Amino acid sequence: MTVPTTPGTNQPRLRLHVPEPRHRPGDPVDFAPLQVSVPGAQPRPDETCEAAATHPLCLDLVRVLGDDDLAHGPWDPRLDAATLVRMLRLMALTRAFDARMLRAQRQGKTSFYMKSTGEEATSVATALALAGDDMVFPSYRQQGLFIARGYPLVEMVNQIFSNRADKLKGRQLPIMYSARAQSVFSISGNLATQLPQAVGWAMASAIKGDSRIASTFVGEGSSAEGDFHSALTFAAVYNAPVVFNLVNNQWAISSFSGFAGAERTTFAARAIGYGIAGLRVDGNDPLAVYAAVRWAADRARANAGPTLIEHFTYRVEGHSTSDDPGQYRSAAEGGAWPLGDPINRLMRHLIAIGAWDAERHAALDKDVDEEVRAAVRAAEANGTLGHGLHHPFRTMFEDVFETLPWHLQEQSEQALHERHVKWPDWSDDADVGEAR
Amino acid sequence: MTAPERRLSMIEAINDALAVMMERDPAVVVMGEDVGYFGGVFRATAGLQARFGKTRVFDTPISECGIIGVAVGMGAYGLRPVPEIQFADYIYPGLDQLVSEAARLRYRSAGEFIAPITVRSPFGGGIFGGQTHSQSPEALFTHVAGLKTVVPSTPHDAKGLLIAAIEDNDPVIFFEPKRLYNGPFNGHYDEPAVPWSRHPDSVVPEGHYRIELGKARVVREGEAVTVLAYGTMVHVAREVAERRGIDAEVIDLRTLVPLDIATIEASVAKTGRCMVLHEATRTGGFGAELAALVQERCFYALEAPVERVTGFDTPYPHSLEWAYFPGPVRIGEAFARLTAA
Repeated sequence: MTVPTTPGTNQPRLRLHVPEPRHRPGDPVDFAPLQVSVPGAQPRPDETCEAAATHPLCLDLVRVLGDDDLAHGPWDPRLDAATLVRMLRLMALTRAFDARMLRAQRQGKTSFYMKSTGEEATSVATALALAGDDMVFPSYRQQGLFIARGYPLVEMVNQIFSNRADKLKGRQLPIMYSARAQSVFSISGNLATQLPQAVGWAMASAIKGDSRIASTFVGEGSSAEGDFHSALTFAAVYNAPVVFNLVNNQWAISSFSGFAGAERTTFAARAIGYGIAGLRVDGNDPLAVYAAVRWAADRARANAGPTLIEHFTYRVEGHSTSDDPGQYRSAAEGGAWPLGDPINRLMRHLIAIGAWDAERHAALDKDVDEEVRAAVRAAEANGTLGHGLHHPFRTMFEDVFETLPWHLQEQSEQALHERHVKWPDWSDDADVGEAR
Repeated sequence: MTAPERRLSMIEAINDALAVMMERDPAVVVMGEDVGYFGGVFRATAGLQARFGKTRVFDTPISECGIIGVAVGMGAYGLRPVPEIQFADYIYPGLDQLVSEAARLRYRSAGEFIAPITVRSPFGGGIFGGQTHSQSPEALFTHVAGLKTVVPSTPHDAKGLLIAAIEDNDPVIFFEPKRLYNGPFNGHYDEPAVPWSRHPDSVVPEGHYRIELGKARVVREGEAVTVLAYGTMVHVAREVAERRGIDAEVIDLRTLVPLDIATIEASVAKTGRCMVLHEATRTGGFGAELAALVQERCFYALEAPVERVTGFDTPYPHSLEWAYFPGPVRIGEAFARLTAA
């Protein structure tokens, strides 16, 4: 075999490697190379173990629910049936919310939406495994977290519709919620910036001798940002009480996980380099997600340090309503995903243990759909995007600073003036309406 | 009750402000590269770790992104972090956390979360720092909605402004002119250095006092021409005016955002002539903003074009530092043009 050489030398010609995903549109789908682990076969070290004891798990995949729909092995969190039903309901509610909001976007009631189909366990089971007042710094696909923490659906829809009741005053792109009362940080939209912030919050909690920990979410794609490295370095250096949830849903818009380094090793394996605990978990197995997060939260609470959890899952839908995944990946991937669907898996488990049946599940689906419909109806009364019922103009200039400096005062007067030129009879306060 | 007269250098005044605030408010924490045990490369945090403990004054990894990002998270918890960026030239890895996060957190969360952080950083040239230890990037921050930008020029102001910045509930970029740390600098680099102890503004009271953000100071009253300056250039402008016998009114802006427009307007209305002056590069510099404001608001009082005196649009050179610096010749010629017009 001859190796191509650079002209005039006997050196091999250098080649650039550009990653390519397994399946493009129209390709037959084969996920066999993923090497899915055997449920229940992964050891569960003590929460306060040396970080190195978790490192074999970074290359494994923690799973609890087996093909027999039963829970297996030491990671089984042994939750009672009532808790499992609650988890199921929250995931079903999240999926129903997503379906209704996609429809609302298609109907022109808002500009944008992002579904979390197939990833509901990563947010809902995580929320249930954390204490209710642990501070969470989410990325943009954790609607299940807000729902599980009891953030009112109508507040979420108000925000998505940017209407006059939107708590964020119509300033943020839809789904960039903020829920301080539920201990959830404001969502940025700039990627991975929340990671060092979560570490800082955790450090502050430790400085103050508090007992609350921080947790944060990032996608596998944005784990390539420098913020990820900064955050894990700080977390390791200060042994910060923080749980990092890296949701590996395989796709960052159209870029597969290989563009974030997945061809080389797992994302959980990055924990090894920082010397912190790491777990790699089946993100479509709600019991495994719950167990892993609970393990990491207990570890952080015991001053045993941070944990990086890779939630291995699949983004069933497009990145957002502005995305058409049919342009870049095989449409068969979602259905062929070897780890199944988290809601179906938990439903089957509950049926297998005799705590659920098809009739009750049908009633649940109807119930969550009605809950979402009611929230949307209530929110629509406050207006939808572009239909007039927004916050008053002057609010555009508020909250840039704590108080309004002269230059913003002048600019706000200009904005009001322009409005009066366009609509001479208009009154700023009329926009507020009765909702506020 | 009068405090005893006490003279400090600017670096000592900054250290004093940090100590006063750490004493008063347990939420204040100080962090940055080398700021802990060692006390900072310029000694701004000397003695603070020994006095307030390792969990309130600590070294950080060399990661400006991490330093600012962590400070934002601490602010969300309820702390009042005062991170140090060792040189303003190193601030860029933290820019996203400042511009996209700290600056907009109050706005995007409609006040649910705020970023009450004060980012201290030595800036400016005059110490042979070359292109990575001399920059003046203030215009990158004044351009950002939601950030306040402060530049002190004396020990007295440095302490009062830093205390006001730390107490402020908005993120503040606090640029400290490093050439002024140990003495005022009049632009004549070939003359012996002068310590702060002989300067009237080195009298720094004990304890807590504030200089409100957004208030300029008339350093030297005059009738012939208004000079708008901040940091090192305040001293240089004053010296050039006095050596040339020009009756200049020198205004130390102290805070760039929010700007004290009333003081500027009153002065230009009086003198009818205006020089805007900074060490930073020229194009898109804060001087352009000042010139535009003076033109918009004082046009009919102006008797000459606004003079813009700045550093050149090159990286800050090492061996040719003083050729870059907007020194007495550049300023003097601008004065001459202004007063001749």
